[in-house]
Amino acid sequence: MIKLIMNGLEVQAEEGSTVLETARFYGLGIPTLCHNEGLTPYGGCRLCLVEIGQGPKSRLVSSCTYPVEPGLVVRTDTKRVWAARRMMMELMLSVAPGSKQLQDLASKFGMTEVRFEPRHEECILCGLCVRMCAEQMDARAIGFQQRGYKRKISTPFDMRSDECRLCGACMYVCPACQLRCQGPQAETAVCNACLTMEPTCLDHYDDLQCWMYDAGRCGTCVREKKA
Amino acid sequence: MRTKRIKTVQAAREVIAEQAAFRRTEVRPVLTVSAGTCGRARGSLKVIDSLNRSLKAEGLEDKVVVKITGCHGFCEAEPNIIIQPGGLFYQKVDPKHAKEIVQETVVARKTIDRLLYADPQTGERTAREKEIGFYRKQKRVVLGDNALIDPTSIEDYFSIEGYGALVKALTEMTPEGVIQSVKASGLRGRGGAGFPTGLKWEIARKAKGDLKFIICNADEGDPGAYMDRSLLEGNPHRVLEGMMLGAFAIGAREGYIYVRDEYPLAVKHITQAIDSLRKKGLLGKSILGRGFDFDVHIAKGAGAFVCGEETALIASIEGRVGEPRQRPPFPAQKGLFGKPTTINNVETWANVPLIIRNGADWFAGTGTEGSKGTKIFSLVGKIINTGLVEVPMGITLREIIYDIGGGVPNGKAFKAVQTGGPSGGCLPATHLDLPIDYESLAQAGSIMGSGGMIVMDEKTCMADVAKYFLNFLRDESCGKCVSCREGTQRMYEIIQRITEGNGRRGDIELLEELAQACKDASLCGLGQTAANPVLSTLRYFAEEYRAHIEDKRCPAGVCTNLIRYVVIPEKCTGCLACKNSCPQDAIRGVLRGVHIVDQEKCIKCGACLEACRFEAIETQRDEAIRIESEGIQ
Repeated sequence: MIKLIMNGLEVQAEEGSTVLETARFYGLGIPTLCHNEGLTPYGGCRLCLVEIGQGPKSRLVSSCTYPVEPGLVVRTDTKRVWAARRMMMELMLSVAPGSKQLQDLASKFGMTEVRFEPRHEECILCGLCVRMCAEQMDARAIGFQQRGYKRKISTPFDMRSDECRLCGACMYVCPACQLRCQGPQAETAVCNACLTMEPTCLDHYDDLQCWMYDAGRCGTCVREKKA
Repeated sequence: MRTKRIKTVQAAREVIAEQAAFRRTEVRPVLTVSAGTCGRARGSLKVIDSLNRSLKAEGLEDKVVVKITGCHGFCEAEPNIIIQPGGLFYQKVDPKHAKEIVQETVVARKTIDRLLYADPQTGERTAREKEIGFYRKQKRVVLGDNALIDPTSIEDYFSIEGYGALVKALTEMTPEGVIQSVKASGLRGRGGAGFPTGLKWEIARKAKGDLKFIICNADEGDPGAYMDRSLLEGNPHRVLEGMMLGAFAIGAREGYIYVRDEYPLAVKHITQAIDSLRKKGLLGKSILGRGFDFDVHIAKGAGAFVCGEETALIASIEGRVGEPRQRPPFPAQKGLFGKPTTINNVETWANVPLIIRNGADWFAGTGTEGSKGTKIFSLVGKIINTGLVEVPMGITLREIIYDIGGGVPNGKAFKAVQTGGPSGGCLPATHLDLPIDYESLAQAGSIMGSGGMIVMDEKTCMADVAKYFLNFLRDESCGKCVSCREGTQRMYEIIQRITEGNGRRGDIELLEELAQACKDASLCGLGQTAANPVLSTLRYFAEEYRAHIEDKRCPAGVCTNLIRYVVIPEKCTGCLACKNSCPQDAIRGVLRGVHIVDQEKCIKCGACLEACRFEAIETQRDEAIRIESEGIQ
């Protein structure tokens, strides 16, 4: 067992576990978004930031990827931590203001306004779908493309991928599109997830069962063929 | 002779002594032509061609040596020739000067005055390389050898006692002794972060595992920085010798040089250097019969800035996407292919042979308390003597910019200097007397970085500068962390609207908050320093931002949305120069009559401003923007 200091208390953790796991074990709430217990930690959303170290050398790290070390000093709820988390939340919400999961999380943060121009995209690049596809579905049909502000998630060369089995797992874990994609009310609940991720159903296939048992009637994942 | 393998320490010593004697006893004149990438771009290969032709015409081809070397550092004077013996320095040589140089200088031993370096202020001509202001205050221990050797010839490197440090380490020192030397020298990483090199090696030495790697980080990507390229192009064996010493010290048997493919000449020279080492038997099993195995591979990068970050670099060599990962585990414990790995910058490696050869005390004798040795900076921007300068740590910015750089051209005033590349900061004139070392730069809100130094004059808009660097960073961010990907993008958007005259109240505060969060929350060095251009310009030039936001005015006259070009009637001579230069036909007027800029047609390209020789064109605040924006408010 490794001993470390968390919020001023000495706690114990198993070797190889992360700061996030330890904090949760002791009941300390740390918000997460790109974290999923069944997938490898990624550290992209930066919501699980905690402050480690002391004095001028203290810094913020993502607790989901940081392994516990003997004598590590962790503080989960300092002002600095919350300022950074709140800014991350605001940045993500400004990208996809329509996501219910993001909205819910933001309201827990006490956030009332977003100071950046909303972009109304459907993807916050948290990488959950990519990891889901690779690690749980063993398909590796989708991945990141480009870098920086041009980054996006898609199939190789943006083409229909033979690796993709249309299983829908990517949409199942998606925090930005999943909850608004609820069935046949195409007009009122457009998630456009397929348009942004483009992994699963660029065309409609009559002989395949839609994962939403709706044969594509929801319209969300069917795109008209270009003439 | 060329392919004879050097199998023993004794043989190595003999070869080095033989080549050094050969250099000492060279009686023929040597014409050293700088031909790094920059020299070649300015036509040095053509100069070499015509020199050879002229020598042949005079029947002197066997009596004179023309040596093709790497960069001599003085970019402004490219292509330049140093003539030995004597060290005569000819600048800006053209192929058509070749005949004259051969006939006058080589044969008749006369100096050609108009090819000598002339001081831009006084016009005084200087004959010798060492007497030129640009070189006088420098301490060129790492870079200086560039001018002595042909980078494609291992014999040339032997002749300046090259690989002498390796022989010394293999015969007289233990690996721990090498580490101790490097530790005692106080050498710190030259890539930017300044981690003590000796300590890094010690950690790697102690790490468990029989397979260890060393990596030379040559993924230099800062706009305006090219010291690593110059070293690899001009003196590849120095870097390789440093790597061999490092490998010996930490117990690594394989090394990688991660160099970007945009540096074709560097790749070529380092490949040739490795080939000639192999032919000499200086790479491979039991080098010099001392039981030390080592080999080097070249890994070519595709030019992603983030791959200069060590964990991203490792990922890239392994064939994965160049994205940083969480440390710990540090590369010294778990690096390339999961093995302990030491990564050092090109310049760091190049310093190592000097430390081993001359001793730690010699190295520690230069520099400040916390930063020892010399540092190479690329001095670029609005500066008279553009070039690579190598200076002792602790020298002030003023000495670099005014004594070495010769100051700001065209009589303009100095405004700021940007150190440390895109993620560095801008320091104003009040910081000119700042002694340069790792700590003082960090305290002033900038970083040492890999050593870019961009000088800006009064006609530079700091908001525009911050926008330029953010544009670079938002593109080069790997995009993993929200803080860096969205943070740089949003900062760019905010500054863009400020420079377009659409800035809002509260934008400065929002920028500051966002920059701080980006700095705090990001995973790697790129994101953590990406806010520096914003934070440092906000810290020292907040007034300028305010002028953009509140008055809709760009004090430097750069932001095109906020300015307009006008002709001052009193100064206009009616020469038509501006009219002829205008791509939009936006200037009306007849010969000897006052011209007028048609604001409807003007695209604010600034061509007229450059064309006018009477300072009759001025940038003024565009009142229309101000009225329009105030109307909205």
